[in-house]
Amino acid sequence: MTALIATEGLSVSHGGAAVLDRVHFTIAPGEIVTVVGPNGSGKTTLIRALIGLERAATGRVIRAPGLRIGYVPQRLQIDATLPMSVRRFLSLPRRVSDAEAAAALARTGVAGLGPRPLAGLSGGQFQRVMLARALLSDPQILILDEPTQGLDQPGTAAFYKLIEEVRRETGAAVLMVSHDLHVVMSASDRVICLNGHICCEGTPRVVSAAPEYRALFGLGTGGAFALYRHEHDHDHEQDAGHGHDPAHPHHAHAHAHAHVHGPGCSHDPA
Amino acid sequence: MTLLDDFLIRAALGGIGLTLATGPLGAFVVWRRMAYFGDATAHAAILGVALSFAIGMPIYAGTLVVALAMAVTVASLAGRGHASDTLLGVIAHSALALGLVAASFLSGLRVDLTAFLFGDLLAVSRSDLGVIWVGSTLVAALLAWRWQGLLTATVNEELAQASGIDPRRERLALTVALALTVAVAIKIVGALLIAALLIVPAAAARQIARSPEGMALAASGIGAVAVLSGLWASLTTDTPAGPSIVVAAAVIFLFSLALRRR
Repeated sequence: MTALIATEGLSVSHGGAAVLDRVHFTIAPGEIVTVVGPNGSGKTTLIRALIGLERAATGRVIRAPGLRIGYVPQRLQIDATLPMSVRRFLSLPRRVSDAEAAAALARTGVAGLGPRPLAGLSGGQFQRVMLARALLSDPQILILDEPTQGLDQPGTAAFYKLIEEVRRETGAAVLMVSHDLHVVMSASDRVICLNGHICCEGTPRVVSAAPEYRALFGLGTGGAFALYRHEHDHDHEQDAGHGHDPAHPHHAHAHAHAHVHGPGCSHDPA
Repeated sequence: MTLLDDFLIRAALGGIGLTLATGPLGAFVVWRRMAYFGDATAHAAILGVALSFAIGMPIYAGTLVVALAMAVTVASLAGRGHASDTLLGVIAHSALALGLVAASFLSGLRVDLTAFLFGDLLAVSRSDLGVIWVGSTLVAALLAWRWQGLLTATVNEELAQASGIDPRRERLALTVALALTVAVAIKIVGALLIAALLIVPAAAARQIARSPEGMALAASGIGAVAVLSGLWASLTTDTPAGPSIVVAAAVIFLFSLALRRR
């Protein structure tokens, strides 16, 4: 299976400061990958680079020829002077028929929102409208930038469920970026922990147990962590937050071999 | 054509022709907060007028070249994140002052540059009329051709790029449209009021429009009404034509606030 998008040793710098450092990234058709990292860790820069908006200082980005990307932005800073209804927005950049638009809105659970102005939507409605627009281009990969920011826990769970359904129906790969530490989608095939470089990557369980991940997010200081799972899955073995000593992050983790350490990854939150 | 012999008819046709371009372009200037950008380009055009006289080039051509150079410079600075309000202000006013100073060095320059600062719609000739209509139609056609891409890039650059639309190319299209509009408008509304003609009708149109397309068309319509009312005011009260048109547009804007859709 050839990758939809891959980077080879990609480095990006802004004004002399390195934002991404030798990142090797790849996503295969149908795969769900979640990138987590704190603010300023280069998540947005990575997405912009994958889309083609950042110039690589070194390395390169390889996209499959003719790749159809469905992009779901974190938010839109539409100027208040721009009158834009949901229906009109769905016709960007390709004009779609009313039937197509209605079907897309229904699919994402926001049927009937068409005539509403984009500016007047709630956070949850907004994300679903963004997703509906992205689906209209029949994407091979959906790229979502912090899609659940501003949603409450049930809203987040419902949105992840929707993403899973869409992936099942369309077979599109999903690349999601999040700094939402409390809920990581368990359906992710891989979680990549980013902090300028790739700190660690693997399945959600492996990464949540990795010392790099814990060091990066300071879970030793009592942060809660939970994987979002399906209702029938009541496995709590990954629940964290029991007095983990940050001074000794390496002990007591019999973490699996499936995860990869990035170079120079600091285990020290300082 | 005896109709065009009437200076008032020519003035009205010239002003209305210009609104073909300023309506949709003004909408983008407002949506993308390019007001200062428009000012900088228009002010630099004075330098273009001075240069045109200096080397004996047609004024429209000289203005277009300098406005284009200015717009591309400012756009590329903005693209690299350098274009602060301060820097734009420095460039805009320096270009304006430099144009005025350069003009004073030209011996035997009989044309008063203030005509290009404030414009003179009532002095529009038949050939001016041709330039205005051709230029405005080109701008309107350019914007119509790229409309979907321009709008997508205006909404969100990442979203545009992900769909295969290069936001830099769309920005360039707007830059060219702006320079072209400045070049055809400078004779009739003047460098100081071109930006007003872009922004004020579009701002008024916002209050009544419910779609981007509606706003662009309404901005053209409001601009045309402002042209006719301004000319009428100019005729009856002997006020300068260009400023009267902008005042008329401002009055329409005030009324539009009352019509605001909730």
